Amino acid sequence: MRLAVLETERCVGCQSCMFACARRQGGAGLSKSCLAVRSIGGMERGFTVIVCRACEDPPCSKVCPAQALERRAEGGVKLLMERCLGCGYCRDACLIGAIQWDEKINKPMICVHCGYCVRYCPHGVLGLKKREGKNARP
Amino acid sequence: MLAHDPLAHVLYIDLSRRTFEVKARPELFGRFLGGTGVAIKLLAEECPEGCDPLGPDNPIVFAVGPLTGLFPLASKTVAMFKSPHTGNLGESHCGGRSAVAIRLAGYGAIVIKGMSDIPLYLSISRRRVTFHDASSIWGLRMDSAGRVIREREKGAGFRTIMRIGRAGERLVTYASVATETYRHFGRLGLGAVFGSKKLKAIVICGQDEVPVYDFKSYRAFYDEVYDEAVSSPTMKKYHDLGTAENVIPLHKFGGLPTRNLLSAQFEEAEGISGETFAAQYLGRRLACSHCPVGCVHIAALREPYEDEPYFYKTSMISYDYEPIYALGSMLGIGKAEDFLRLMDRVEAWGMDAMTTGVVLAWATETQEKGLISEKETLGLHFSWGNPLPYMEACRYIVEQPNEFYRALARGVKEAASRYGNVEGALAFGKNEMPGYHTGPGAYLGYILGLRHSHLDNAGYSIDQKVLTERHVEPEQLVEMLMKEEQWRQILSSLVVCFFARGIYVPERVVRLAHVCGFNLTPEDLYHIGGEIYKAKYRFKTKAGFKIEEGYLPSRIFSTPSPVQSFDANFVRRGIEYWLKIMEGKGEEDG
Repeated sequence: MRLAVLETERCVGCQSCMFACARRQGGAGLSKSCLAVRSIGGMERGFTVIVCRACEDPPCSKVCPAQALERRAEGGVKLLMERCLGCGYCRDACLIGAIQWDEKINKPMICVHCGYCVRYCPHGVLGLKKREGKNARP
Repeated sequence: MLAHDPLAHVLYIDLSRRTFEVKARPELFGRFLGGTGVAIKLLAEECPEGCDPLGPDNPIVFAVGPLTGLFPLASKTVAMFKSPHTGNLGESHCGGRSAVAIRLAGYGAIVIKGMSDIPLYLSISRRRVTFHDASSIWGLRMDSAGRVIREREKGAGFRTIMRIGRAGERLVTYASVATETYRHFGRLGLGAVFGSKKLKAIVICGQDEVPVYDFKSYRAFYDEVYDEAVSSPTMKKYHDLGTAENVIPLHKFGGLPTRNLLSAQFEEAEGISGETFAAQYLGRRLACSHCPVGCVHIAALREPYEDEPYFYKTSMISYDYEPIYALGSMLGIGKAEDFLRLMDRVEAWGMDAMTTGVVLAWATETQEKGLISEKETLGLHFSWGNPLPYMEACRYIVEQPNEFYRALARGVKEAASRYGNVEGALAFGKNEMPGYHTGPGAYLGYILGLRHSHLDNAGYSIDQKVLTERHVEPEQLVEMLMKEEQWRQILSSLVVCFFARGIYVPERVVRLAHVCGFNLTPEDLYHIGGEIYKAKYRFKTKAGFKIEEGYLPSRIFSTPSPVQSFDANFVRRGIEYWLKIMEGKGEEDG
């Protein structure tokens, strides 16, 4: 399963999903959130909801010089914290900007597609989707 | 509170010397929680007696609370200052991303003093304040100023951008400060205080963590609050039609102020109802940070350019009950489109919509009576329901080209003191009336409420819920209003949105505060609420607040009350009873 943005236009920008992600990881506030919601140049034009798309061939993993981003069978990556150098190449390689950064420890924060945030989206913007394509599980 | 909670950090900024420092004030937050409670203490400390509200000594205080960033709907920022509009307590609340940004930037409160010699905007983040020359955006509309800063500054999604329009720069005493385009510190003139300091805007960016005591309980309490916020019927009205839902019921009740309160029913109410806006204009709904409700309703207005065919502009304009009353029924405007055009103008200049509507309604009636002519109005002929002269008048109020518009820029009391029609100058404690002609509860509430706001003590709700059932004596009514206002000091100290008052009941507030390290009982909360209420009253009276002769526009008695009838004597009895209690409370303090 992977986390997906089902309908961006329904987002009201409450950021409850971001707070949920932080809480899931034992933090209150926003510093630990792996997803981001921000306006598209002003609230009048709505929001962009940035979540990891669980790429089948993830560029972030390809550019990691320390093999710290292990590919997941369902797409996307798992961060092996002890291998990570904190170089930030992964963040630059992700075109949609889905890799957030933990400034305190200088390491990336990457969505694990647990779906905890979905429960806290009041308008059905987020959902869990089955992976399609060659990596799909039977 | 928790020992390591950055909430205790107060950021002090001096605009004259362009310096800043952070001081830890745990004793303040420990005792008064945050928001209103902490802000009134900081205001009393920082605002010298007799200071000019538009001078360098008047401080601007912003405060948030312990629940901000932790629980949904605790996302208001309380601003306090000496009001240039009333000359005493200035207090205004605003949502958007402001409270969460302040809290997650590592502050519980911000105090801004001094006055700059050139236009500035401030950029505030964790432990850092940058002073930027804002000369190149001075004079810009509220939305354009926001756009420039949005593109220059980092931190999208984690920041608030507070800004003023031209009305603030020109010191209109009811100029507002907007955040995130659609939320406002609307009332009592914070925009003019910004303007007097040459402060065009403030951007605050934060995404830190907040400490919690007992994470397991925190998560359980969180779900309780969240689930109630998204499922309870009391919250439903806010996200469905929004506060505009009130238009039709208030019209039917006979409590919708219309044409400067010459009537309290509006035959064209349907045209500016929540239902009409939703069916024809609702283009988007928005939420404040950490609020799943999303009560902010935005209309999409498509207008053709008259000089060129097939050429249109589409504006996204927010609407709510109060602006609809003030710029709609109060001016006899019954077409949604006309209201939106006027609203758009008021927003661009950065004026308080409620005061602007009441001022223009007074001007219309006064011109009808022949007390002012087109000499004063510079050729404008105000007539109920016609938005064009009103739109033009907004520009004149901001630019103040003559005595008449200089008076209008200072509110309806000032204007009536020079040009007459005192009975139709609908202000209480110099603050223009909110949109409820529901009965004696509303009016005593406006007079005695320490912000002269319907939100101080919800007198309109007592009218509709209690006075429809039984007769109430003024003394009882005052007690009900005071009890509600004292409890609301707790909600606004925790910076909980008043729309969520049904969720944040005392028993639950105690548990939520516990995970932030506060050990309090419901009785403690009521006691603290009472102390804050007294502190605000003390500030007001020291600044010269008095209930003087002629404080009541007689219009409120001549337009029939939809519930029990009341007269000046009823109101006087209420005020005397209130003053007796307040003076007694003053003595308790020694």
